[in-house]
Amino acid sequence: MQRVGVFVCWCGSNIAATVDVEKVAEVLAKEPGVVFSTNYQYMCSQAGQEMIQESIAKYNLTGVVICSCSPRMHENTFRKTCEKAGLNPYMVEIANIREQCSWIHKDKETATEKAVILGRAAIAKVHLNAPLTSGTSPVKKRALVIGGGIAGIQTALDIADAGFDVDIVEKEPTIGGKMTQIDKTFPTLDCAACILTPKMVDAAQNEKIHIYSYSEVSSVKGFVGNFKVTIKKKARYVDETKCTGCGLCTEKCPQKKVPNAFNLGLDNRRAIYIPFAQAVPKVATIDADYCTMLKSGKCGVCSKVCTAGAIDYTQKDAFIEQEYGAIVVATGFNPIKLDQYDEFAYSQSPDVVTSLEFERLMNAAGPTGGTLLRPSDGQHPHTIVFVQCVGSRCDDSKGKPYCSKICCMYTAKHAMLCREKYPDTDVYVFYIDVRTPGKNFDEFYRRAVEEYGVHYVKGMVGKVVPENGKLKVQASDLIGNQQLHIDADMVVLAAAIEPDKSARPLATMLTASMDTNDFFTEAHPKLRPVESPTAGIFLSGACQGPKDIPETVAQASAAAAKVIGLLNKDHLVCNPCTAQPDELMCNGCSSCEKVCPYGAITYVDKEFRGPNRTTLLRRVAQVNPAVCQGCGACTVACPSGAMDLKGFSNKQIMAEVDAICR
Amino acid sequence: MIDTIKRISGVNPRKCMKCGKCTASCPAFERMQFHPHQFVDMVENGRIHELMNSEGIDFCLSCFACVERCPRNVEPAKVIEAVRLAVVRQQGGAHLTPDEIPALLDDELPQQAITAAFRKYRK
Amino acid sequence: MPVNEEFKPTIVAFCCNWCSYAGADLSGTNRLQYPANVKIIRIPCSCRLNPMFVLRAFQRGADGVILCGCHPGDCHYTTGNYYARRRMTLLFSMLDFLGIERERTRVEWVSAAEGAKFAATMNDFSATIHKLGPNRRLEDLRCRKD
Repeated sequence: MQRVGVFVCWCGSNIAATVDVEKVAEVLAKEPGVVFSTNYQYMCSQAGQEMIQESIAKYNLTGVVICSCSPRMHENTFRKTCEKAGLNPYMVEIANIREQCSWIHKDKETATEKAVILGRAAIAKVHLNAPLTSGTSPVKKRALVIGGGIAGIQTALDIADAGFDVDIVEKEPTIGGKMTQIDKTFPTLDCAACILTPKMVDAAQNEKIHIYSYSEVSSVKGFVGNFKVTIKKKARYVDETKCTGCGLCTEKCPQKKVPNAFNLGLDNRRAIYIPFAQAVPKVATIDADYCTMLKSGKCGVCSKVCTAGAIDYTQKDAFIEQEYGAIVVATGFNPIKLDQYDEFAYSQSPDVVTSLEFERLMNAAGPTGGTLLRPSDGQHPHTIVFVQCVGSRCDDSKGKPYCSKICCMYTAKHAMLCREKYPDTDVYVFYIDVRTPGKNFDEFYRRAVEEYGVHYVKGMVGKVVPENGKLKVQASDLIGNQQLHIDADMVVLAAAIEPDKSARPLATMLTASMDTNDFFTEAHPKLRPVESPTAGIFLSGACQGPKDIPETVAQASAAAAKVIGLLNKDHLVCNPCTAQPDELMCNGCSSCEKVCPYGAITYVDKEFRGPNRTTLLRRVAQVNPAVCQGCGACTVACPSGAMDLKGFSNKQIMAEVDAICR
Repeated sequence: MIDTIKRISGVNPRKCMKCGKCTASCPAFERMQFHPHQFVDMVENGRIHELMNSEGIDFCLSCFACVERCPRNVEPAKVIEAVRLAVVRQQGGAHLTPDEIPALLDDELPQQAITAAFRKYRK
Repeated sequence: MPVNEEFKPTIVAFCCNWCSYAGADLSGTNRLQYPANVKIIRIPCSCRLNPMFVLRAFQRGADGVILCGCHPGDCHYTTGNYYARRRMTLLFSMLDFLGIERERTRVEWVSAAEGAKFAATMNDFSATIHKLGPNRRLEDLRCRKD
């Protein structure tokens, strides 16, 4: 039995006006275990707190019940008070007699009666309280950024700037991501490469940043502050330390017919390649699917021409283990595959392209050297039709239910650039809505219409039929209430964007939650937008939702700020109200493991003493208190009742129920 | 009346986001007074009698191009079919007899439409 | 129990710490009244509610039990309220089987900003319980006050 002290607060007249505080203190004094009961004007004041501390010493109290305002208001205050007096802070319970009693009732008698019952419930609970201590866990002062696009680069630069080591893991041979493929950026029309490549160089030269290019995360263990990550460095058959990036091998390689992924297959490259001139790291990579030497053992041209002797056909995948305090996910996006949208003839005609392919066709470093030419015959297109929302805002199985957010703006950009460079072209944009929320965005779109004479048509393209070198476009003009038939030279499809395919398996490894579209979910949609609900996992860029470049950079820096805040701490204080299994009752069924949103529960085989001096090996649940957030989902899922939540145990809540229903 | 059309067709016109892909896909566009997206919109706004009295509702071939391509699964062809059924179900409306058919025939009229019309208006 | 004595129902409200308990506090801050027979028990998340607690409350003489949690999708622990919703649905069918009126148990989503909704919900629930009269079926007579 605890020795409980009850302290009833008047809160000036806030409580005392409708609750007879003296009577409450008097009645509660008769409750079992209560050795001291009093009331005071302001318990949270200096004098009130001192009174509590003195009483703890004087009456040797082991539990304290304070009848006052909401625990959301002053629970921490009173916990600290009691801690200073030598009492465990978790031996304090608050009965909320202000917000949930005196303020909502007018009749003094009923309010007093209710206050007594609330006080009783708190006393009943405090009898079952146990002293709890917050554990601490150390923080490894190193961060991992998964994905080396603009989001990952920005996050890494910001973390490195604060003095912490950062590793970037990028699955492609170079960092830079999607932004390297973009020609110009809206709404300023500055060249993407000109603003991105200096950042890539900064990242490469920063002493605190280590780039693992052509690598993937293969396993993640541990928890916030203590992640153990295995990084798989894929064999690129070139020694990174020796390769100087001279590019001679990429000119001499006899295998010329490899679709160039960087230009989205619009032209070809060699089997040994550097994705583009400004690649970071500027190191050649052999494409094992096409290299004749690796496939049949007959060639070796690259090894002969390489003066640095960097080519190594025997290279194997390497695995690196590293420890991190925080992980940032920056896996980015991809345009969706358009196979299912055959009405637009994407697979039938090379002149029907996606917007990202169109970027490459406009880019000076692209397959056409910056002159817009039709992929089919290399002629200048004179009529170009842009189709928006291809696969976005779809309620069917083919597309995505969300708005891809960036398409309206890049289509306006493409249309404007076409009209600017080639004023003799007719440009049509078919739109459902034009969505331009953003600084200078709507002005940009209006400029495309008003100054550049782009034909914006409210309607949609129904079908595209390739015929005699032209693309016959049948579309609707809803405002003109007519059906349009346009003979176009090119059709550009604004394909929806989706999270990168690597995100789903990564989320499983990280136990980070995702929505049905495979975007990572944030800890709170408004107030914690760059953190995953899983502690120590942060989100940067389009892996969390469709974003344009400025938003991505803003989120990347925000994620970095959160990571810095975490890495700055030497130890993490854990919430002591965590789940705890009774190992003797646990039957190892895994029910709790399945419902845990944080992956805090693991199973271990443990030895137990059996009858007749035998030892039994049993599978039992274990909770990692550093990861558990104390929601209690597992306690209810446990069929044997082995799992309980400290601070809100079954017995404690039951005691409250009993006290209220008494 | 709106509810009847919704019930017959099983279509929720509120799902329409007014993109116009149905009308863009429609091969019978020229022959119809109102077009697929208008059917959906007018059903939502209760203008069903206008639809029932409009020209060319029988020119919808039920080719289902609009259903196939609608990004929101609205199924405009089913609305058009429901409007046609609403016309059929009117009490005391004009019905067809086999004798009247030859006069109504037209070289361009698809066989499918003749059969469908006869099936519906024969009663 | 004399028939003419005024029936004062006992109602137990389980509120999750992050949304509904804060919503209840807000209705207090706004001085929105609801009956005094509603007593709130704070739990960390609606998924902490073991259906056993509901049965215990009925056994000990509660006339109604209500669970309040964050709106679906807003759970502080991401998915807790979904678990709560499913568990309560199962509990409802069990209570049906036991012959407890369906109206005696309720699940409501109340956010931290919905003080008015909290008060309105409690008023409504209390009125419903008032109409139903005392809970006799699951009450353990050994636990009777008189």
